[in-house]
Amino acid sequence: MISDIHKIEKLVNSQLTSKIYKSSIQNDELIIFINENDLLEVIQFLKSDTNCKFKQLVDIVGVDYPDNEKRFELIYLLLSHEHNTRIKILIKFQINQNISSITKIFPSANWMEREVFDMYGIKFKNHPDLRRILTDYGFKGHPLRKDFPLTGFNEVRYSEKDKKVVYEPVKLEQNYRNFDFESPWEGTNYIQEINKLDKHGKKN
Amino acid sequence: MVKKTKSLSLNFGPQHPAAHGVLRLILELDGEIVQKADPHIGLLHRGTEKLIEQKTYTQALPYFDRLDYVAPMNQEHAFALAAEKLLKIEVPIRAKYIRVIFCEIGRILSHILNVTTQALDVGALTPSLWGFEERETLMTFYERASGSRLHANYFRTGGVHKDIPLKLIEDIEKFCKSFPKIIDDLEGLLTDNRIFKQRNVEIGIVSKQEALDHSFSGVMLRGSGVPWDLRRSQPYEVYKDLDFKIPIGKNGDCYDRYLCRIEEMRESVKIILQCIEKLPKGPVKSIDNKISPPHRDDIKQSMEALIHHFKLFTEGYRVPKGDVYTAVEAPKGEFGVYLISDGSSKPYRCKIRAPGFSHLQAMDYLIRGHMLADVPAVLGSLDIVFGEVDR
Repeated sequence: MISDIHKIEKLVNSQLTSKIYKSSIQNDELIIFINENDLLEVIQFLKSDTNCKFKQLVDIVGVDYPDNEKRFELIYLLLSHEHNTRIKILIKFQINQNISSITKIFPSANWMEREVFDMYGIKFKNHPDLRRILTDYGFKGHPLRKDFPLTGFNEVRYSEKDKKVVYEPVKLEQNYRNFDFESPWEGTNYIQEINKLDKHGKKN
Repeated sequence: MVKKTKSLSLNFGPQHPAAHGVLRLILELDGEIVQKADPHIGLLHRGTEKLIEQKTYTQALPYFDRLDYVAPMNQEHAFALAAEKLLKIEVPIRAKYIRVIFCEIGRILSHILNVTTQALDVGALTPSLWGFEERETLMTFYERASGSRLHANYFRTGGVHKDIPLKLIEDIEKFCKSFPKIIDDLEGLLTDNRIFKQRNVEIGIVSKQEALDHSFSGVMLRGSGVPWDLRRSQPYEVYKDLDFKIPIGKNGDCYDRYLCRIEEMRESVKIILQCIEKLPKGPVKSIDNKISPPHRDDIKQSMEALIHHFKLFTEGYRVPKGDVYTAVEAPKGEFGVYLISDGSSKPYRCKIRAPGFSHLQAMDYLIRGHMLADVPAVLGSLDIVFGEVDR
């Protein structure tokens, strides 16, 4: 299988020279880096070319790197049953950029793109039905972004008084404790944080 | 005069016994014909992927039991393989065999549940009563190996948690000898049953091309005649040394998928028997002290073991930078984990590729033009579990 990846890497590089700016093989997996504007053409090529035949879209993975200038990454995982190989396509882009939807090429991309939109707030051009999918009706925010708190913002409970489910801001009995075990000698910075807050006269 | 018809919107679920969980399906009906189905999912969304980002690799593993909770160990397997690939560690051969045994037990667990509840959905009660008795036995095997019936948390990066007792191996073997008889009984009830066939034959037909386009995997793909099984085509663990067949359907309808599942159970039994026969002696987890926690007795005796124990259960082990995608053939299809490590002891990103997600997506296309009564039949043969669809 490994020799196949090398062959496909060569082929893709020679056929799509202008569109690929980097390709590499790590952990026996082929990954190609492309410009987000070339996405549709590259995927169409990989799907239809007789030597590739990546006929199935396995998944779309979104990743958030808040410190990068191009904050988001999308990784498209494709699978070729006939050649028994996989390929990963990676695009990087900025926060408010729209990405072309690939639902025309792979119908199954519909929900996968909806999930990415739901989790990261990435918008897709020409998507037939870009709604939230996994989060609650009327949910605000994009939970898998690194700046979204683990506890979220709202909690729900059934109110006996109102006889309905009510939404309230999250109230924690104890703050979420994230121990930093990786630098044991420097200690955690809770005490510093508390001291800092005390100076400003605020609690928590 | 043109007769005006008004389509009717029907809210199927979120609490409906035939929805196999919390699925809200909004159906548009013209009489009894379904014109459109819009599944609303996410009612069981627990944010597994977000939670895993906050946990060490050891702590992240139990979340995988809670995805597809009818075959927990198969999910753990995908995550363990991903971490092992990044760490580049070798799993001892005995552990590989034990993993395969329990993955195949998971496959039987899942297929029994699916086949019998599908029968239940179309009106047959007995198969589920017979099938669940066997599931109970299998879950006892889970319990004897890991300590719990469902949420096993048994696999570890580099092997499995503990060796299995000798008596357990004997009992699994005994089960494998008797279980084919139960499959025969189930088949006797269903395979040639007139009502069962009427409800399933030529219902929810998927062609080869459509199965590929909709990202189907597992039985959904094989039922349509695509010979594709990750255990065979991209073998992991010891599958390439084992002798088993891959059943393939012809017509791609609900009935073919049922037949595939029945045959897969028979193959799984064969795989388990082969594993028991070949099961070698030796360690069951990586001997690398920086990854596998020390034995309890050693902690009392050795300072080094105590330090390792402390470090492994506070900081955890660090995983080299990189990203990796590993997939296993779970009972429901290709279950994959895309793991990105930033070199720390917690995953930077862990994307879970659940087979049920793509299968349920095709619901709209599968059910269009069918009768309302076919909704449970199609839904049953999709084999969805909301733990993994909603994550």
